[in-house]
Amino acid sequence: MNKILIVAEHDGSRLNPAIAKCVRCARDIPDANVTVLVLAADPAAVAAEAATINGVDAVVTVANPANAQALAATLAPQVAAVASGYSHVFGPSTTFGKDLMPRIAALLGAPQLSDVMAVESATRFRRPIYAGNAIVTVEVAAGTQLVATVRVASFEAAARGNATAPITAASLDVVLPSHTRFVSLSAARSDRPDLQTANRVISGGRAFGSADNFKILDGLATKLGAAVGASRAAVDAGYAASDMQVGQTGKIIAPELYMAFGISGAIQHLTGIKDARTIVAVNKDAEAPIFEIADYGLVGDVFQIIPELERLIG
Amino acid sequence: MNRILVAIKRVVDYNVRVRVKPDGTGVVTDGVKMSINPFDEIALEEALRIKEKGQAQEVVVVTIGPADCQQQLRTALAMGADRALHVQTDAVIEPLTAARIFKSLIDREQPMLAILGKQAIDDDCNQTGQMLSALWGRPQATFASKVEIGDGVATVTREIDAGLETLEIDLPAVITTDLRLNEPRYVKLPDIMKAKKKPLDVLEPAALGVTPSEQLKAIRYEPPPQRSKGVMVKDAQELVAALRSKGLIQ
Ligand SMILES: Cc1cc2nc3c(=O)[nH]c(=O)nc-3n(C[C@H](O)[C@H](O)[C@H](O)COP(=O)(O)OP(=O)(O)OC[C@H]3O[C@@H](n4cnc5c(N)ncnc54)[C@H](O)[C@@H]3O)c2cc1C
Ligand SMILES: Nc1ncnc2c1ncn2[C@@H]1O[C@H](COP(=O)(O)O)[C@@H](O)[C@H]1O
Repeated sequence: MNKILIVAEHDGSRLNPAIAKCVRCARDIPDANVTVLVLAADPAAVAAEAATINGVDAVVTVANPANAQALAATLAPQVAAVASGYSHVFGPSTTFGKDLMPRIAALLGAPQLSDVMAVESATRFRRPIYAGNAIVTVEVAAGTQLVATVRVASFEAAARGNATAPITAASLDVVLPSHTRFVSLSAARSDRPDLQTANRVISGGRAFGSADNFKILDGLATKLGAAVGASRAAVDAGYAASDMQVGQTGKIIAPELYMAFGISGAIQHLTGIKDARTIVAVNKDAEAPIFEIADYGLVGDVFQIIPELERLIG
Repeated sequence: MNRILVAIKRVVDYNVRVRVKPDGTGVVTDGVKMSINPFDEIALEEALRIKEKGQAQEVVVVTIGPADCQQQLRTALAMGADRALHVQTDAVIEPLTAARIFKSLIDREQPMLAILGKQAIDDDCNQTGQMLSALWGRPQATFASKVEIGDGVATVTREIDAGLETLEIDLPAVITTDLRLNEPRYVKLPDIMKAKKKPLDVLEPAALGVTPSEQLKAIRYEPPPQRSKGVMVKDAQELVAALRSKGLIQ
């Protein structure tokens, strides 16, 4: 049996949708037994939610006021204490997982695979490298404990079922560090769907020229019920917040519909949208590389096309 | 002495369109332009700025890899690093091995800060800095977009999925850089000349007590599935009609 431990990402009350995708990935491993680990100040609600995901065999909780903030230095020793006896320790390839999982791996002395996009066996996985320009199949020796982050854009979410997995509380005897302290979080509050899980995403690039101009995407986003993303150039120039960046070093997304406005299509950007079902590109340059991968391309000026689309979609 | 250790990895330049070798044994690197990993350039720039503010005395750059890596170390010295360490090896260096080597160098150099890139753009692992902080038992502030050094502490703003998070960490610590932390300076010709005289020490992993092990065996490389080129539409109306017919919009 392969025992897989998934470290839950949550906001204190809700489980992050990426976790159901990690469950799906874990289930692709033959003969898998899947445990979700919830570290929180008060894990009850999140644990109850995790227990209903199809394919979850058990939920383990660790309650500690120190877990109110997701600090890697605090969480990692607790996960490491639970992880012995598990063959695989998984987390999502969100910034939470990217920050935390390698710290766990080093404490366990285990190798880590980042951004697992497919499971071939319990010891063999595929992952992208070079900004997605190559896919490598990697194998670890049988019996090696493996830490991994799951590329969430590659997996469907496991569904919620009626059954509930047993929830047990672990009490750990781990000394937690005080050298890392949470100060604040500034989140751009938005009523829009979450960029990483939205069905539709519309993104803007350098073409917009100012933060004010970038806002013309808002009307269309509302009409479409879409999340808004951005290229690195748009974020660097201050038109959009950093958490809106799509690409190799931003968010990797897989919406049903992706619309890129005034984005040239640099490889680092394309890497973030390769799994989108349908890609639409609007660019005034007919030679822009984004048209090479777009399902529908339209040569035109974003300042003219966006209001037209908004009117037509009505 | 207040010292900052900066990791410099030699990688295929970010402008190169990387191709998989036809026989699937790797990617084509022959005759391809190599550069400092962009995130490591940002790491070095940040270290130099901290030093220029008088908050550190020495910036030491470190690379692990084959002999050619010295080109990137020389560039780093030309940017303004004080000295360089080259851990020379032709072995495959996985992030955990790199972290072990950095940890061993930290024991010798006793820096107040180690700054690494958040990810190397070749393996895209995003692991080494976090692993190093775990082995060192020190704080980590990953994906930094702002760093302020105080008295024995650093205040770091991090780019995370939810927005911008600020942490206070005790020093010594590990910081990994994100793209918006700073814009690296250009190297000037006279600096390249001066850099030739700066110290560059070569060591072997064994001298640091680390034996590189390959736990993650790459067995096959493939090009990614290609998206086929779609159709061009002539105007917004045609686009909306096409999306409607596919049921993508109402
Ligand atoms: C290490 C590294 C990591 C990176 N990570 C990312 C990443 O995660 N995500 C990312 O996006 N980039 C990333 N980049 C940057 C990437 O290489 C490109 O620079 C960036 O994506 C370009 O953004 P852009 O397309 O908005 O700007 P540009 O390349 O400047 O393109 C602007 C486009 O807008 C078009 N245009 C201009 N005006 C109009 C108009 N009025 N109407 C219609 N079209 C118009 C132009 O024809 C052009 O094609 C990274 C780079 C590096 C080095
Ligand atoms: N062989 C190496 N030599 C120097 N620095 C490295 C090496 N490997 C990793 N690093 C550092 O660790 C960072 C993250 O690398 P990775 O975990 O491979 O994505 C890089 O940006 C470098 O700063």
